[in-house]
Amino acid sequence: MASTLTHAVINGILGGGVYALMAVGLTLIFGVLDIINIAQGIMVILGAYLSYVLSVHLHLDLFVGLLVTVPAMFVIGVAIQWLFIRPLRGRDRTSMSLLASYAVAIIIEGLLYLAFGPNDVSLSASYVISGVHMLGFYLPYIYLYGFAMAVALVAALYLLLYRTRFGHSVRATMQDRTAAMLVGIDVNRVSALTYGIGVAVTAAGGMVFGATGGGFNPNSGYDLISRLLALIILGGLGSIGGALAAAVLMLTIESIVDIWQPTWSVAVFYAALVLVLMFRPAGLFGRQSARAQ
Amino acid sequence: MRSHRARFLSVGITSAVLAAMLAACSSSSSSSSGGSPTTKAPILIGASLSLTGDFSADGKAFERGYELWAHDVNAAGGILGRQVRLDILNDASSPTQVVTNYTKLISVDHVNLTFGPFSSLLTTPASAVAARNGFAFIEGAGGAPSVFTDPANEQAHNVFDVSLPIQDELVPFANWVKSLPASQRPKTAAYPMADDPFADPPVQLTQATLEGAGIRTVYSKIFPAEVPDYTPAADNVAAKNPDVVVLGSTDVPTVAAFMKAFEQQHFTPKIFICAAGPDQGTAFTSVVGTGNASGIMVPNAWYGGSSNAQSQKMVAEYIAKYGGNASGINADVAEAYSVGQVAMQAIVATGGTDNTKIIAYLHSPVTLNSVQGPVKFDSLGRNLQATTFIFQWQNGKFVQVLPVGAAGSVKILNPKPAWTNG
Repeated sequence: MASTLTHAVINGILGGGVYALMAVGLTLIFGVLDIINIAQGIMVILGAYLSYVLSVHLHLDLFVGLLVTVPAMFVIGVAIQWLFIRPLRGRDRTSMSLLASYAVAIIIEGLLYLAFGPNDVSLSASYVISGVHMLGFYLPYIYLYGFAMAVALVAALYLLLYRTRFGHSVRATMQDRTAAMLVGIDVNRVSALTYGIGVAVTAAGGMVFGATGGGFNPNSGYDLISRLLALIILGGLGSIGGALAAAVLMLTIESIVDIWQPTWSVAVFYAALVLVLMFRPAGLFGRQSARAQ
Repeated sequence: MRSHRARFLSVGITSAVLAAMLAACSSSSSSSSGGSPTTKAPILIGASLSLTGDFSADGKAFERGYELWAHDVNAAGGILGRQVRLDILNDASSPTQVVTNYTKLISVDHVNLTFGPFSSLLTTPASAVAARNGFAFIEGAGGAPSVFTDPANEQAHNVFDVSLPIQDELVPFANWVKSLPASQRPKTAAYPMADDPFADPPVQLTQATLEGAGIRTVYSKIFPAEVPDYTPAADNVAAKNPDVVVLGSTDVPTVAAFMKAFEQQHFTPKIFICAAGPDQGTAFTSVVGTGNASGIMVPNAWYGGSSNAQSQKMVAEYIAKYGGNASGINADVAEAYSVGQVAMQAIVATGGTDNTKIIAYLHSPVTLNSVQGPVKFDSLGRNLQATTFIFQWQNGKFVQVLPVGAAGSVKILNPKPAWTNG
């Protein structure tokens, strides 16, 4: 029993890393642009498909492939922001962004159906199956690498936000978009780059998601988006570290509940969210004032 | 100026989204080609299929089955001299959308007949719409007990499932396990089940049978059907190290996730059978790999290698049109094709598309033909003539293995070979 519980906790922590890779882009985009990117789920799947193409057709290692997919997703993100998000203005901007990002999701899903069809595909590599043996179970390397990548990416984003001139511009835009414009920050450029970065990091999440699950198809993003939204709300909207912490916490809880009663695991996932928000309405690491624009 | 622009943009985006949603959720209405045009009005047949969403792989396979059947019928001159035209809507795998679709098909599109959607989950609400409108509901993928015992069907008796009732589909498997000599008989078994009306009943029946035969249950839990990750449930099964795993699955990703997690944990069950997924041909093997598929079993009434002459004709046509080989054909194609065949026999026998007459005819003691074999319905629309077989992947081929001694059965691969990483 102790081994099973330990396995569940470690599974939850490592699985949390996978979800953090998918969620940090969402929370970053919300933090700067004040929009809920409903298309985040399909972005994860798009990232997975890009990795799939490179792996199957060019025989590139999944992690090496990120050197291509991350920049590609950055360009896609900037283009989406320029085409669909940037034109939104006025008081309805946030609500309109929901529709705009939903439209983006439907368009990308349609294109993926055209390109790959409805059948599932999966990403494979030796480290997806093999792992390290400990305490009576195996920890697949893909989860270990994915978790390490999540921590590294969160750290890199922190450095970007707190140690660079661009980061100062991003944080100024997060705090007050109008004031940032008044002090000469090109908020359109900051928004486009931030959206691009948010989508780019999702490429990493997509790759790990595609390698750890039982396969994915163009529709798989819909099962993800509600969980990703729950994670960034719990972590505190706009908080990158919060997304990682929330993902680890929620996946661990879910994994433990799964031992006894798997049907409750999803309910407990959202019940935990409600419970935390009752005591911390801004989430675990959220700052109410930062969002009060 | 800005408010005008914002309003314009609002309307534009809203229109675009609505247009996209309508495109996704509405028709892929298609007429079937083939044959010479006739002056008689075509027979319009409506169906809602999961062309997107969780069941999209099955929905697309069903679409191919319906279209292949319609093409064959029209190429042969139609039914009673009338061409067949299909009106297929996309329900996005949603039990809500499927109700909207059948309401539209009947009330707006004025179809003559309705064919069923994919999955028991969607068939139950869809058949209730058909019942309210006095339509026969001939379907091929709604075999769960809940479909037949739905109050609407108990009153209208309008559901006709041409395929296998799923309740008993694992019986040949359970009988085979029970028949094994004591030295070869497994000692323990696990029964992970997706929360779905299709997946659970046959697995629970198997559990009861195997427990009666002295095989100890080490895991029996239902897990949510729609989660992005099945690894925790699969890991918990692997930790119990059962000899047999009977997986109540509904689709390929569920099976693939369990297989991957088992392989990661270096756990190979001696016997591994799934309620659904491995019967989807290349849609299955392309995800899990032909090597890993070896030894995995699944129940069904049909496979590409069937000796049924009608089936062989359909298989040849399918391969000519879509390529591949017999093992790679999704069993959904045959289920959909059978729906069309049964409907055609009913139309011919009743002389038209009067749904009241068709319902009465299908409940009469008549035995019909299909690529899946003979079809004869009981009072609730279950196919009493359906024969359950167990199929197994062996070295890249999908073969019939149970019942032992049945025509077409080959030697079962037991125990299941170890995972091959692809």
